[in-house]
Amino acid sequence: MSTRPNWFGRGWLAAGYFFLYIPIVLLIVFSFNESRQDVVWRGFTLNWYRALIDDKEIIEGAILSLKIAFLTGILSVILGTFAAFVLVRYKRFLGRTAFSGMVNAPLVMPEVIVGLSLLLLLVSLQNTAAFSWLNRGMFTILIGHALLGMAYATVVVQSRLQEMDRSIEEAAMDLGCRPGQVFFLVTLPNITQALMSAFLLTFTISLDDVVISQLLSGPGSSTMPIVIFSRARLGLDPRVNAVATITIVVVTIAVIASSLYLARSERRRQKEISAAFSAEAAS
Amino acid sequence: MSESSSGTAASAPAAAGGANKTAADARFLRIENLVKEFDSVVAVDKVSIDIRKGEIFALLGSSGCGKSTLLRMLAGFETPTSGRILLDGRDIAQIPPYERPINMMFQSYALFPHLSVWDNVAFGLRRAGLPKDQVADQVEKMLGLVQLKQFAKRKPHQLSGGQQQRVALARSLAKRPQLLLLDEPLGALDKKLRERTQLELVGIIESVGVTCVMVTHDQEEAMTMASRIAIMSEGRILQIGAPAEIYETPNCRFVADFIGNVNLFKGKVVEDAADHVIVDTPECRHYVGHGITGTEGMEVSVAIRPEKIRITRERPGGAHDGFNCVEAEVADLAYLGSYTIYHLKLATGLLVKASIASVERLPDWQPTWGDKVFASWDEYAMVVLTQ
Ligand SMILES: Nc1ncnc2c1ncn2[C@@H]1O[C@H](COP(=O)(O)OP(=O)(O)OP(=O)(O)O)[C@@H](O)[C@H]1O
Ligand SMILES: [Mg+2]
Repeated sequence: MSTRPNWFGRGWLAAGYFFLYIPIVLLIVFSFNESRQDVVWRGFTLNWYRALIDDKEIIEGAILSLKIAFLTGILSVILGTFAAFVLVRYKRFLGRTAFSGMVNAPLVMPEVIVGLSLLLLLVSLQNTAAFSWLNRGMFTILIGHALLGMAYATVVVQSRLQEMDRSIEEAAMDLGCRPGQVFFLVTLPNITQALMSAFLLTFTISLDDVVISQLLSGPGSSTMPIVIFSRARLGLDPRVNAVATITIVVVTIAVIASSLYLARSERRRQKEISAAFSAEAAS
Repeated sequence: MSESSSGTAASAPAAAGGANKTAADARFLRIENLVKEFDSVVAVDKVSIDIRKGEIFALLGSSGCGKSTLLRMLAGFETPTSGRILLDGRDIAQIPPYERPINMMFQSYALFPHLSVWDNVAFGLRRAGLPKDQVADQVEKMLGLVQLKQFAKRKPHQLSGGQQQRVALARSLAKRPQLLLLDEPLGALDKKLRERTQLELVGIIESVGVTCVMVTHDQEEAMTMASRIAIMSEGRILQIGAPAEIYETPNCRFVADFIGNVNLFKGKVVEDAADHVIVDTPECRHYVGHGITGTEGMEVSVAIRPEKIRITRERPGGAHDGFNCVEAEVADLAYLGSYTIYHLKLATGLLVKASIASVERLPDWQPTWGDKVFASWDEYAMVVLTQ
């Protein structure tokens, strides 16, 4: 009724959107800017995108990042699922509190500290005979990311397992499933959505991680964020804007597609449920 | 016991086997002194029951009395603190749930959301390693039994509550278990559907011939479906018997009160003969036409069901004049179609419920609010409860 608070609210909303999106919009705009150094518009060009193709460092960084992110996602989901399963299904075992604390530690610990402690571990391992081969590179970054990712995946899967109806697992056992079969035949198929979200989450976390990657990377193993970071320190580089724009476009398309898909399947599900009940009411 | 020995005298072992068999059938499932403690709560307390082969047995009790816990011990999801469970003479306490010849229908149905109706029913058969064609045969048979053939391809969320319940039943019967457990089988259905489904369910279970233990807190459901009922309270079994037995001759106040409505008069035994007793209560003297296991002077309660009380305008005469009759005022009444419930207020302040079937309504006089009436009952209408 009163328009004032309404305008007030809209103002805030606009300010919020502005704050959130203007940097992204600027980034996209300047990836098409003809000027190399200025933040002044000098005309439209696709040069920076063309230049990307020849920029080995960035391309290799992107490929490495994608590889690490993909493997991190898979590793985190597997480890996180097992950790979550143990934490949810087994209420009492020796060292449960310690285990739960360890799993959650990377979530609350500053990333620098997680990275530093991993670096320390790595260096001391390198001094032993058995691990002297262990050099800093993709593998060590992957381990660092998986450690972080596992903590996130555990939280996501844990909450799904907690809300899942326990009795379907009992029903499976009642019908002749051994505990292992119960997990693979009944539990897993019913948490696939949580596994997907956990994968996407940890994939993203790995993709944009700088701190751990920086600490654990070696020569010739610079991920895309590391490359962007070092370039940005040398001054503005429109090629970085171009890479970022491509990333944004890909992510946006993926997010929109997945939420459209989810909304569609949820609508279909609701329709089927109401159809089932109205059919019964009619009979 | 076993008939494995190929006896030389063929007829003798067969006859002995037959006698043994009926005895064994009478305690097909034997629960002995079963106890389950959770930390400090005793959920099931020294329960012993023998269940006959092929019967439908109901565990009836109010919420939290330990019914589900007892059932879950039979299924193998809880380990008894002490006691034994014998199925067909074999102690199954140590057998894990996936190896017991027992299947359970869960209160929430617990259908697998990611599998179709067909695959839900086939699930147990596949785990048992049955060949494909046998699985298919059995699934078709089960779906036919519960009349869901046309829904085979649907997922559980595409079915109504009643249909889901039938899928759950088909799934738990598919492996031809020796024992079927039902936890509140109709609890999730609305009242009308529930009444329709009760007899349908009994029909299916009897046509399969499986022994069945069900849990319910709905006494009507237990009485409709079960051949025998055990009344549970606080982890203990109070009475086991056929529905009529439990209704007509409850053995304690809790059972009398739990099953149906009852009027209780508290008093003392003043005369204790072999064929009758007389109980004095503040309201009136009761002449009870059967002996009791008690002594003179004992504190007892006399229980009378509302439908066994007559309401008259004049003091009725008869064989036991002066007994079994009280003067009362109609405090309230409710006409419920097939019968009318009267709340009668006695001089002592006790409220007595009487229900009068509509076929007995007198054409010239119906008691109404404020009427002075006489409530009376005959000598066999009462049960004397000593606990
Ligand atoms: N896993 C458990 N841990 C601790 N206490 C439990 C557990 N399961 C049941 N109990 C307790 O045991 C008692 C009996 O529970 P149970 O589930 O058998 O009751 P019920 O008769 O099935 O009740 P309802 O009709 O509400 O299902 C309750 O006091 C309950 O709190
Ligand atoms: Mg229960």
